[in-house]
Amino acid sequence: MTVKKQDNLIEVMNLKKYFTKKSGLWGQNESHVKAVDDVSFSIKRGETLGLVGESGCGKSTTGRTLMKLYEPTAGQILFDGVDIAPFKEKEMMPYRKRMQMVFQDPYASLNSRMTIADIIGEAIDTHHIAKGTEKNEIIHGLLERVGLMKDHASRYPHEFSGGQRQRIGIARALAVQPEFVICDEPISALDVSIQAQVVNMLEDLQEEMGLTYLFIAHDLSMVKHISNRIGVMYLGKMVEIGESDELYANPAHPYTKALLSAIPIPDPIKAKTQSRILLEGDVPSPLNPPSGCRFRTRCGYCMKVCAEIEPPVTDLGNGHQVACHLYNQ
Amino acid sequence: MSQEKLLEVRNLKTSFFTHLGEVQSVRDVSFDLYKGEVLGVVGESGSGKSVTCSSVMHLLSEPGKIKEGTVLFKGDDLVKKSEKEMRRIQGNEISMIFQDPMSALNPVYTIGNQMMEVIRTHKKINHKEAEKLAIEMLRLVGIPSPEERIHNYPHEFSGGMRQRAMIAMALSCDPELLIADEPTTALDVTIQAQILDLMKDIRERLNTSIIFITHDLGVIAQLCTRVIVMYGGMIMEEGTVEELFHSPQNPYTMGLLNSVPNPDSVTKERLEPIPGSPPDLLHPPKGCPFCKRCPYAMNKCLEELPAVYTLSPTQKSRCHMLHPEAPAHPAFQKGGKN
Repeated sequence: MTVKKQDNLIEVMNLKKYFTKKSGLWGQNESHVKAVDDVSFSIKRGETLGLVGESGCGKSTTGRTLMKLYEPTAGQILFDGVDIAPFKEKEMMPYRKRMQMVFQDPYASLNSRMTIADIIGEAIDTHHIAKGTEKNEIIHGLLERVGLMKDHASRYPHEFSGGQRQRIGIARALAVQPEFVICDEPISALDVSIQAQVVNMLEDLQEEMGLTYLFIAHDLSMVKHISNRIGVMYLGKMVEIGESDELYANPAHPYTKALLSAIPIPDPIKAKTQSRILLEGDVPSPLNPPSGCRFRTRCGYCMKVCAEIEPPVTDLGNGHQVACHLYNQ
Repeated sequence: MSQEKLLEVRNLKTSFFTHLGEVQSVRDVSFDLYKGEVLGVVGESGSGKSVTCSSVMHLLSEPGKIKEGTVLFKGDDLVKKSEKEMRRIQGNEISMIFQDPMSALNPVYTIGNQMMEVIRTHKKINHKEAEKLAIEMLRLVGIPSPEERIHNYPHEFSGGMRQRAMIAMALSCDPELLIADEPTTALDVTIQAQILDLMKDIRERLNTSIIFITHDLGVIAQLCTRVIVMYGGMIMEEGTVEELFHSPQNPYTMGLLNSVPNPDSVTKERLEPIPGSPPDLLHPPKGCPFCKRCPYAMNKCLEELPAVYTLSPTQKSRCHMLHPEAPAHPAFQKGGKN
C-alpha cells in the first residue's frame, strides 16, 4: 500500500464507544454506558499527546478503541489517512504492526509461563518479521536498548522487578518497529525513582525511532513533562485540549483548573500558599450522565444554559480548544 | 506542637523468615513522634516503611517477627505486650487506615455495622448510642446524609467515600495516634485533595498525631511537619519538611527530589532518575544500602555502614559524606557525630 505520508498520523473524528448493559429478567432493558462519547482529536507525527482525567472518564477506553481492541460504536479513526474504524481483524493486521501498546500493570501484562524471549518474539513471529538467529539478534538488541541484558532473554517474568518488567513491556511493543505507541498509564505502578528512568527511556526511544505517543495517565505533573499537547477528558467527553505549556499556564475549562490545582506540589513553602479549587463529590455515573454539560453538577460556574445545551467546542487560538459555555459568547 | 513524645521507637529490627532465608525488612530503626504532629514516612516499595508501622501495631503477618528493639507508646513497651493486651490498644488508642479501602472493608456487612463493631469493642455503650456515634463520625468526615448511608454496603460507596468511611472508623474511638498507610495512593488527584484536606482538618480539630506513609513527595509537602526518609530498611534522613525539601543532606533524598518533574518549569528539563534498583534485603549490603546507586559513593561506603550525623536539632542524616574527614562537597554540610 502506498499512501502519501500524512502530517497527522492519527485523526480521530466523533469517536463513540458505548457499552451495553442489559438488565431485567430476560435482559430486555438495555442501557448504555457512554464511555467515549463524540471525541475528536489528532496526533501529529512524532508528537506526544497526553490524555488525562479521573478514573472512569474514558481515557483508557479511548486508547483501546483506537487500537481496535474495542469495536468503535461510531466515528472514524484515520491512521495515516486511512479509516481503520470499519476494518475487520484481517484488514487490521498490517496496521497492528504499526501501532503497539504498553500497559499499566507490568505484573499482569506479561505471561508468567513464557520466557522473555518468547514474550518479545511473539509479535515478530506473528508479523513474519524474522526467524532463527536473526530473530534472536532482534530480541537481544531490543533488550539492550531498554537497558536489560542479553542473557535476560531466557528468564521468566517473575525474576524481574516492576521497573524491569515495564522495560520488557516496552521492548515487546517496539519489537515490530511501530510508528505509534499507546502508553496506558505505563508508570503509575512504579516507584518514583524508577518512574523517571522509564520516562527518560521513552523520550530517548521517541527521538531515536521517531515514535508518536498517546500517553494516558493520571499523574498530571509527569504528563506535562512528557507531552507536547494534552487532552483533558471528563465522563467520556474531551473538555479541553491544547499545547501542554499553554494548558498548564492558562487552563480554560473549570474542570481543568480544578484538576491542576489538585496536584500536590513537592515544595512545602509553595504548598502553603497554593490555592486549591476543591471539587465536591465524585464523578456522576456514566450510565446516566447529567444533561447539557456533564461537568455542571460539580462546577462552580454553572449557569442555566449548562443544564440545557451541551457546550460546543470553542477555539481559543493556537489549537487550544475548550468545550464550555463560559467561552461561547 | 508540643515536645511531649507520644511514640518512641528504638533500634527496631523486623525480619521475615521465609523459606529462602531471613529478609531483613527493618534494620535498626529509631524515631520519635511528638504529640499533635504529622510525621511523613517516604521510601520506595520494599524500603521497610509499611513493615515499621505494622511492627508498631503488632500487625505483622507470618513469617514476620520483631527481632529486637522497643516501641514505647506513652512510656509502655508495645513489643512486650501480648496479643490480648494489644487488642485493647488497636483501634482504640492507635488506629490505622489502609491503602485500599475496598479490601479493608468487609463487603457483606453494612458500613454502620462495621463501624459499630469497632465502637462497641472498645466502649461500653449500647447499640443505639453506638449508632448515633457512628452517624456523627460519618458526618465529621463529610459523608452526606449519614443517617441513610450507614445502612449502605461498601460497594454502594465510591472510592473516595470508602476512604472517608475508613477514616471515620479509625477515628471513632478518639485514638491518640493514627497510622495512615498510603491512604490516597489508590485515589484520583481531585479525591486525594479532598482526603488530604480532611486529614489536616482532623489534626487541627482533634489534635491526633498522624504517621503518614507515602511515596508521593507532593503529598508529604502538603500535609506533614516532619519527615523520615527510609531506604533498604533504614532511616536515611530525618528532618522538618522545609529542611528535607530545601537542604537535603542525603544523596537518596536528593535523588528522590530530582526524579520528580518540577511543575513550574517551562522548559523541558530532563529528569534525573536514580539509576539501578533497591538492594535485596535477603542479602543486605554490608555498607551503605544506597551505595550502589549513589553518585557520591566512595570505597568506604561499600565497606562500612555510615553513622547518623546530627546537623540541626531536627535534621539527621546517615551518610559518609558528612564525616568531618570526607572530601568537601558543596551539596553537603559537615556536622557533629551522633
